[in-house]
Amino acid sequence: MISLRRMTKRSEPYVFAVIVALSLLIQARSGQFFSGNNLVDLTRSLIVPAMFSIGCMMVIVSGGIDVSFPAIASLAMFVTDKVLLASNYSGNVLLAYAMSAGLGLLMGALNGFLIGFLRLPTLVVTLGTSSLYTGLMYGAFAASASDVPPSIANHGKEILFTATNASTGLTSNMPIHIFILIGALILAFFILRYTMLGRGIYAIGGDEIAAERAGFNVRGIKMFLYSFVGLLAGITGIVRISMMSYADPSTMLSMDMTVIAAVVLGGTRVTGGVGTLIGTVLGITLMTMLSNSLILIGIPTYWARAFTGAVIIIGTGVTAHQTFSSRRRRSQMQKAKA
Amino acid sequence: MGTTPVLKVEGITKSFGGVQALKGVSLDIAPGEIHCLAGENGSGKSTLIKIISGVYEPDAGIIEVSGRRFSHLTPKEAINLGIQVIYQDFSVFPNLSVMENLALNSELMDNRKIMNYKRARQIATQAVTQIGMDIDLDERVENLSVADKQLIAISRALLQNAKLIIMDEPTSALTKREVKALFDVIKKLQTRGLSILFVSHKLDEVFEISERYTILRSGEKVANGSTGELDRKTFAYYMTGREFADEKYVAKNIGKVPVLSVKELTLEGAYSNISFDLAAGEIVAITGLLGSGRTELVETLFGILKPDSGEIAIKGKRLRIKNVKTAIRSGIGYVPVDRLTEGLFLPQSVERNLIVSILDRLSARLGFLRRNALAETTTKWIKELSIATKDPELPVLALSGGNQQKVVLARWLATDLSILILNGPTMGVDIGAKYDIHSLMRKLASNGLAIIIVSDDLPEVLACSSRILVMRDGVFVKELDPAKTTESMLSELSTGIA
Repeated sequence: MISLRRMTKRSEPYVFAVIVALSLLIQARSGQFFSGNNLVDLTRSLIVPAMFSIGCMMVIVSGGIDVSFPAIASLAMFVTDKVLLASNYSGNVLLAYAMSAGLGLLMGALNGFLIGFLRLPTLVVTLGTSSLYTGLMYGAFAASASDVPPSIANHGKEILFTATNASTGLTSNMPIHIFILIGALILAFFILRYTMLGRGIYAIGGDEIAAERAGFNVRGIKMFLYSFVGLLAGITGIVRISMMSYADPSTMLSMDMTVIAAVVLGGTRVTGGVGTLIGTVLGITLMTMLSNSLILIGIPTYWARAFTGAVIIIGTGVTAHQTFSSRRRRSQMQKAKA
Repeated sequence: MGTTPVLKVEGITKSFGGVQALKGVSLDIAPGEIHCLAGENGSGKSTLIKIISGVYEPDAGIIEVSGRRFSHLTPKEAINLGIQVIYQDFSVFPNLSVMENLALNSELMDNRKIMNYKRARQIATQAVTQIGMDIDLDERVENLSVADKQLIAISRALLQNAKLIIMDEPTSALTKREVKALFDVIKKLQTRGLSILFVSHKLDEVFEISERYTILRSGEKVANGSTGELDRKTFAYYMTGREFADEKYVAKNIGKVPVLSVKELTLEGAYSNISFDLAAGEIVAITGLLGSGRTELVETLFGILKPDSGEIAIKGKRLRIKNVKTAIRSGIGYVPVDRLTEGLFLPQSVERNLIVSILDRLSARLGFLRRNALAETTTKWIKELSIATKDPELPVLALSGGNQQKVVLARWLATDLSILILNGPTMGVDIGAKYDIHSLMRKLASNGLAIIIVSDDLPEVLACSSRILVMRDGVFVKELDPAKTTESMLSELSTGIA
C-alpha cells in the first residue's frame, strides 16, 4: 500500500540506515558488534527504555508530553518491593507485577484527570507529578537501595538462552522479559491501529477541536492515555528491578529525556499527530547502541553523550528538513497550478 | 411555494452576560434553496449558526426543522435532523489520511469501537464519488490544497444524510478559481435537493450564488428577500447602516519626478521585464491572479526578494535594494497580504505595534524610551485613522480585521514614508472598514504619498487607483485608466479568458 514516494518522506528508513551504518562501522573497527553476546547485551539494555518509549510515544502523538513515567515507575516498584518484603511474600511474581501496575495506573490516572478534565498543560502537570512522586518516594518512604523479594529475584534469573562470544568466551543471557516488551508492543499496536480509541489519540494530536466536534470523547481518551502510560511504567519498574536483582530507587529517574529524544528521533512529530511504534523501537535501538556499543571501538562513555546529542540534532534535523522541503515543494506546485 | 421549509427559526434571542447577541431573529430556508446569511463581524451570524447546529441554547424562540418544532437542539439532534456545519477551518485532521477523515465521523456516530479499514475505505469511496472528486484516499490531508480540504469537509457532511449544509465563510481562503469550483459543487448539491446556508460578507458571492438573503446587523435581522432585487449600495447599507458614496480616486497633485521607477526588472520564474514609474500622489493598482507574479514583484521592491536583473531607482537615484532595511531607509513601506502573521505582533498591545518602527525616534539617550512621546504618538495615530480600540494597551489580537489593518498602516505612516505598498489592502475586512481604508488611501495619496496596491478585488481596484497595471504570467499585459475601465474588461485581461 505504501508507495515509494511516501516511503522516502518517512523518517524510519533514515533511522534504520543510520543503525546499519553505525553497526557496520563498529563491526569493522572492533569485529565485536555482530557477536552473539553483544547483540544479546544490546537487546537486554533496550528492554526498559523501549517499554517506557511506548507510552511516551503515544502521549506525544496525542500532542502532549509526559516526563513523569520514570518517577511513576520508581515509586510503583519501590512501594511494591517494600510491601512484599515486609510481608515476606514468597509467592508468584505476577502479584508484584499486578501491584506495581495498579499503583502506576493510579498515578497515571492523576495525570489524566489533571490534563483531561481540568485541562492543565501536560508538561506542567507531569513535571509536577514527577516531583511529587519522587519526593514521596524519598520523603515518605525513605527510599534507598534495597533487596528484592525472592520471587522477583528468581524471575530475574529466568533466561531464554545464553549467547557466548567465540573469541572472548564472554557470555550474555537473554532475559524472558523480552516477552513482556513484545507483548506491550503488540497491545499498543493493536490499540493505536485498530481501535477508535487509538485513532482518537491520533485525531486529538491532529486537531483537538476537530476531534471534539467529530464526537470523540477527548477527556476519556486522555484519561485512558495517561493511565495507560502509568500502567506500563509500573510494569517496567518490576522488569527493571528483577533484571537487576535489587531495587535502586534512582536507577530510572534520569531516563525521561533519553526516551523522549529516542521517540522523536524515531519520527514521532513533537507537535503531535504523527508517530509509529516501529520508528520508536528504531529510535530506542539507535540510542541504546550509542550508549552501549561505542565503547567497543574505544570511544569512552562520556563521548557517547556527545555522540548521542549529535545524533539527536542530526536526526531531528533531517525530519525537520524533510517537512520543510516538502512544504516548499507543495507551495511551488500550487503556484505552478495557479 | 407551499413546501415545508427545511429550516425555519423564529424570534431567536440570545444574550451572553448581559450582551444581546441576537434580538428576535427569524430566517427560513426552503428545500433546495441557497440562502445567504450576511453581516459584519459581531453581527450575530456565528451565534445564530451555533444555535441552529445545537451548540448554544437560545433564550427564546423556536427552531423548526422540516416541520418539527424545537425550543433548542443538541449537536447530536441537529446532526440526526440533517443539519451539518462546515466550519471555516473545516475541522479536518491534517495528520490523518483522506480515508480516515471521511470515515471517522460516521464510525463515531455509529458508536463503533474497532477501526475497520475495509469499511472505512468503502465509506470514503462512496463519499468522494458523491461529489465527483478524484483524490488519493491514502494521502495525508495536510498535503492537500485548501480547496481539497474543503471538499473533504463537504463530502463528509454528505455522508451524514445532510439536508441543510451551513457553510461558514467558505471562500475566505480560496483563490478565484477554487471559488468557482466550490460554487459548481454547491449548485450540484442544490440539484439533489439539498439546502445551503451560505455565510459570507462578500457581496459578489452573495449575488452569484444565492437566491435569497438575510442580513444581520448588531443581532437584528435588518433585511431579507431575494438576491435579484439587491444592489451593491443597498447591500453595503444594510450591512453597516451607513451610506457610502461610490467614490473614485482622482489624482490631483501628481509629482513631476517619479519617486519610484522600475526598469526591466526580472526575477526568473516569477516575473520578467517589468517597467513602470510611480509619482507622488498616484495610486497604482497592480492586479492579476494569484501566481501572476504580483506578490513577488512588490516583495522585490521591499527588498524581501532579489531580482535577477533590471534597475530600481528611488527619486531618480539608482538603488540596489539589498534587504528590507534598505527599503525602509529609502522610504518604502509594505503591508503584506497576511498581515496577521507577517505584519503584526498579535499578542502585543496596539501601542507597541504602532511604535515599533519608530523606536529610535522615541528613545532618549542610552536607548530608554520617552514615555510621554510614546503616549502622544499613539494617541495621535489612533485618532488620525480612527482605530476603534478602548485602550491602546489592549492586544492587537482583540481588534477586528479592519482595525488591525489600520494599525499596520499607522505604523508605516509614522515613519518618513514616500512609497506605501499594500498587498491585498482589504482582504478579510468588513465592508465598513473597507470603505474607511479606501478613503484613507485616497486621502494619503492626495497628501502626496505614492501608493501601490496589489489586489484582485476589482471594484476596489477601480475605486482606489489612478492607474491600473494588469499582470498575467509574470508580465504587465496592459495599462488602464480606471475611469475608462469596467470590471468585466479587467477580469478578461487578468484571466486571459474572454
